[in-house]
Amino acid sequence: MALSLVTLFLLSIMVFLGGQVLPGNVGRAILGPFADQRAVDALNHSLGVDRPLLTQYWSWISNFIQGDMGTSYIFRSPVAPFVIDALGNSMKLAAVAFVLVVPIGILGGVIAALNLNRPLDRIISLGGLSVTVLPEFVTGIILILIFGVWLRWLPISAAWPRDAGFFTQLYYLILPSLPLFLVLFGYIARMARSGMIEALDSDYTRTAVLKGLPWPTVIWRHVLRNALLPTITVIATQTGYLIGGLVVIETLFRYQGIGSLIFTAARGKDFPVLEAGILTIGIVYAVATLAADFLYSVLNPRIRLGTDQ
Amino acid sequence: MSATDSSAGIPAPAPNDTNRRGPLAEVFFSLLRSGTFLTGLAIVMFWVACALFGEHFAPYDPLADDIINALAPPSAEHWFGTDQIGRDVFSRVIVGSRDILTVAPLATLLATIAGTALGLFTGYFRGIVDDVISRILEAFMAIPVVIVALLAIVALGTSKTTVIVVIGLSFAPIIARTVRSAVLAERELDYVAAAQLRHESALHTMFVEILPNVIPPILVETTVRLGYAIFAVATLSFMGFGIQPPSPDWGLSISSNYGMIGGGFWWTVLFDALAIASLVIGVNLAADGVHGAFND
Repeated sequence: MALSLVTLFLLSIMVFLGGQVLPGNVGRAILGPFADQRAVDALNHSLGVDRPLLTQYWSWISNFIQGDMGTSYIFRSPVAPFVIDALGNSMKLAAVAFVLVVPIGILGGVIAALNLNRPLDRIISLGGLSVTVLPEFVTGIILILIFGVWLRWLPISAAWPRDAGFFTQLYYLILPSLPLFLVLFGYIARMARSGMIEALDSDYTRTAVLKGLPWPTVIWRHVLRNALLPTITVIATQTGYLIGGLVVIETLFRYQGIGSLIFTAARGKDFPVLEAGILTIGIVYAVATLAADFLYSVLNPRIRLGTDQ
Repeated sequence: MSATDSSAGIPAPAPNDTNRRGPLAEVFFSLLRSGTFLTGLAIVMFWVACALFGEHFAPYDPLADDIINALAPPSAEHWFGTDQIGRDVFSRVIVGSRDILTVAPLATLLATIAGTALGLFTGYFRGIVDDVISRILEAFMAIPVVIVALLAIVALGTSKTTVIVVIGLSFAPIIARTVRSAVLAERELDYVAAAQLRHESALHTMFVEILPNVIPPILVETTVRLGYAIFAVATLSFMGFGIQPPSPDWGLSISSNYGMIGGGFWWTVLFDALAIASLVIGVNLAADGVHGAFND
């Protein structure tokens, strides 16, 4: 917990430095090189960027914690509603990807481990590894070509019609979630596979077999329970990568999520939106990591909460 | 956030000098026997050759437009068709490896140098220096590289140098973590104690005594990072924050053409996508081979 807070604090400093110090003269950047110096000064003053850095950081972060994420340079309106809407959309996309990838990834890993070193294992392991290393926009483009352009099964944009119901939205989200699925599948399957191999090789599994339990019971009650613990941690740590992937996927599929919000803000040098978006992602990541630690300790009584590592 | 990771399993070469040639030569020969490594190397070398000599065997000038023949599908004349301003896609794909194969390796090199130095310092000194730096690096690793890079590039302005520096520095913490955990194991060994007893300076102990013994995990991590660097550069270029026009770079080409794939102009993006895929897989196969060679 304390560690996550320290990490978030450092992240906020980096975001602050990146967004408010590195760009130099914000007013000049917005108004362009030919604007009158007095106009630049006035804008800087009204944006508050002519104050000392420490004051700026403090007012930025204390407002952020209270839900005031500042004012967008471009839209001239509060940032928070944009971020909240976008985060909601991204959560939908991430949820679809997760709901697909977690069971299938675990199943893939389990099947690979049960067929260790046989062709099926090779296909799952190598295939999973190959798609994991590919940039999301590359798999995204290939999937769009296959399912959207050639087969015409799925829409190539995630922008669903107005008032679309749950299933229509789901239909529009399948193709965008597939590249994320592919990236995560390899990681999850690999972790599940190695966890399974270790559990299958353990003394308790041998004991369970030797005392005459049927094989499915051994797998279900003894192997899986122990094998899937590390996988849970991996799934949570992948949240960060998932969000990184969202920036690309949402741009590719024109989806109004936190990724495309960050992308648009970056394009337009809209630093308040950019900073709020990135810090929000950091918070999501920290929460996911905490949740994983908590879940892990619930599922594994050998680990006690509070003792570091 | 455990500090132990894959590198912990990598055996360091024997510290006595007489044996040092042995293990390295063995690694070299096991690389030559590794099908994974050789396949990966062949793919990478193919693209390196294209980057170096592509201009000479590309049928057209990759930058020359020909509006009349714009968006022509693949044919005998244009094997991969032409893009929206009539540039030959085949020629562009061949020459398109050049920028990514300059930027990504340089970024990896920077990451390796910075990460090794950081890892040596934090692993060797431990204590408060280690705690402070490790926390900062952890915070750095808590957000995806692409987003860190985005923030920095927007703040600093886009150029090849910025991309190299930003990706290099984003990857440095990851390499530092690997080096640190290797150094933590090494510094307990007698040869380090001997160096300290001889009153060698800390710098000497770190860079002359310890560094040669942690080369294997560094090499493995570097090859793995190269794959990620290509991933990151391609992604940034696709988003318009990496390599800039008019370069025939693959990610950039996809970004300027994918808006039209709804119209069925698949050839303007497919070959670039496959080129990136092959390069990334090639580098990862080679990295896997290097990893295997050091671990067997």
